[in-house]
Amino acid sequence: MHQEQCTTLTVLDNVPFGTVSGENLFFALRIERPEWADWQPGQFVMLRPEGWALDMMWARPFSICRVSKRDLVIFFQVVGRGTKRLATLKTGDKVVLWGPLGTPFAVEDKTPTLLLAGGIGIAPLVAYAQKHPQPWNLHMEFGHRMPLNCYPFESINERITAANHHERSPEDLAHFLDLIETSIAEYAESDGLVLACGPTPFLKAVQAFAAKHNARCQLSLENRMACGVGACLGCVTKTTEKMTAKGVAAGRAQACEHGPVFWADQIILDEE
Amino acid sequence: MSTNVTLPGSTGLQFKNPILTASGTFGYGVEFAPYGDLTTLGGIVVKGLSLEPRAGNPMPRIAETPCGMLNAVGLQNSGVENFITEKLPKLPTEQLPVIANIYACDPAEFGELTAVLAAEEGIAAIEVNISCPNVQEGGILFGQDPQQAARVTEAVKKAAGVKPVIIKLSPNVTDITTIAKAVEGAGANVISCINTLSGMGVDIRKRKPLIANVIGGLSGPAIKPVALRCTYQVCKAVSIPVIGMGGIASAEDVLEFILVGAHAVQVGTANFLRPDFSFRLVKELEELMEQMNITDLEEYRGSLQL
Ligand SMILES: Cc1cc2nc3c(=O)[nH]c(=O)nc-3n(C[C@H](O)[C@H](O)[C@H](O)COP(=O)(O)O)c2cc1C
Ligand code: FES
Repeated sequence: MHQEQCTTLTVLDNVPFGTVSGENLFFALRIERPEWADWQPGQFVMLRPEGWALDMMWARPFSICRVSKRDLVIFFQVVGRGTKRLATLKTGDKVVLWGPLGTPFAVEDKTPTLLLAGGIGIAPLVAYAQKHPQPWNLHMEFGHRMPLNCYPFESINERITAANHHERSPEDLAHFLDLIETSIAEYAESDGLVLACGPTPFLKAVQAFAAKHNARCQLSLENRMACGVGACLGCVTKTTEKMTAKGVAAGRAQACEHGPVFWADQIILDEE
Repeated sequence: MSTNVTLPGSTGLQFKNPILTASGTFGYGVEFAPYGDLTTLGGIVVKGLSLEPRAGNPMPRIAETPCGMLNAVGLQNSGVENFITEKLPKLPTEQLPVIANIYACDPAEFGELTAVLAAEEGIAAIEVNISCPNVQEGGILFGQDPQQAARVTEAVKKAAGVKPVIIKLSPNVTDITTIAKAVEGAGANVISCINTLSGMGVDIRKRKPLIANVIGGLSGPAIKPVALRCTYQVCKAVSIPVIGMGGIASAEDVLEFILVGAHAVQVGTANFLRPDFSFRLVKELEELMEQMNITDLEEYRGSLQL
């Protein structure tokens, strides 16, 4: 049946978080709440400002960070042409939005669950911590390059235990990776769950550790997307023979539909 | 006012309105069903189908470019059998013309693929993507050589039975009219044009191509003038009906293609602006026609004054 899932919504505000060398690169974009029945952490929305001319055709995918009765919040970092222009959105501007899209993170109320976030990859995990029915079973390790006040870390720290690691040098990164390998091994030991979101090299490391220690692990990918609904096949990831999702064929699965959250042993991250 | 389109000749093809969705940009239709009523569209053309499942090209496969995009998806699909058993039954084929877009590597395979689809009641027509390499002839694109293009058309026609055959032309040729005439001569019922323009993009900092395949197909409003020119030339060169496409992103764009002679159009990349784009375009076209006092599209069609 036909549902109205693509709607035009008003921007409530677009607030910069912490600065990097005096520049605003991180924003919390608050939009009026779409009329959704429900949504799950790990899902995302496609968003394109109504005022964009045809020079930039694609909407951009963003993890849902928070939804309240009145608003929907997404969190973004200025990384390219699109996000640079999104940073100029102002209160009252209109955006076209469709969602909630994609396959969410697994939620196992009673299972010890390790959240691994790299940089802006923290956004969907903030949602996860906010919505989890038994947050005392969650713990986060957060690695970041930019100053901590650039990220919505504070809000997560109120609800679950979380440690942050500022990576200023290659040694810091090596130390962070050592630490997460140890943690992953521990969670594997107690049949816990490991959930990760961040840049691809970080996800690759997590995937390798999870395989080595036989941990149950999900990764959230941030692939380039055009349609967000499974149609253009621009966002696919390679899959292994363990892929169980219905309708996946030819060794490729759309990240927008069968992901962005995948079981780590069902995908191969050797491209892009 | 009527937006009805009947393709002349022996095709028997009829659309509620001239707006169809282009292959590769609208999935198998079902992906867009939550965003609008599929049966309000003139028709849909599904993602390119091959005889066997294909994995397509490596990632990254798509890149946004000014007023358009590059893609080298490489015809990833789960094969024609899977389409018939899993996808087709989910489409309201009685109220919506569903056109199968096909892709193969030699004429015999094109014929085989067509035969499978010709047996399906729910398929309104077969659109042939000839922008693919002929493996037997050293990889030259079928669509770049009039003889090859004619050979594919004949093979598909022979296997298609009563199903109308649409040949989709590539713009990456010196003279599109020679290909158009060749496929008309070989029995094509309809021509659609254009497929993507060959293009490329690079990242100067990473020193890498924007897509893994290096070369891809450019689509979107950036190619509209080229698409309009091709449509105009083809309409003048052949007497079979033409479906125009390339960069259509508004009701005005639709009328431009009809003005130069197209019977109908397809909307591709603009579906990525928002998933309800084509549904809204149907309404916007009606409004525009009303505003311009166009009561009959057939009367407006090809009425360009030179
Ligand atoms: C992501 C993508 C995938 C496509 N896949 C196919 C395909 O499988 N078969 C085909 O004949 N054309 C394919 N095309 C070409 C379109 O159907 C259309 O001819 C072209 O994009 C020009 O129209 P547009 O500018 O409105 O997008 C594809 C285009 C895009 C952007
Ligand atoms: S973004 Fe188009 S298939 Fe995923």
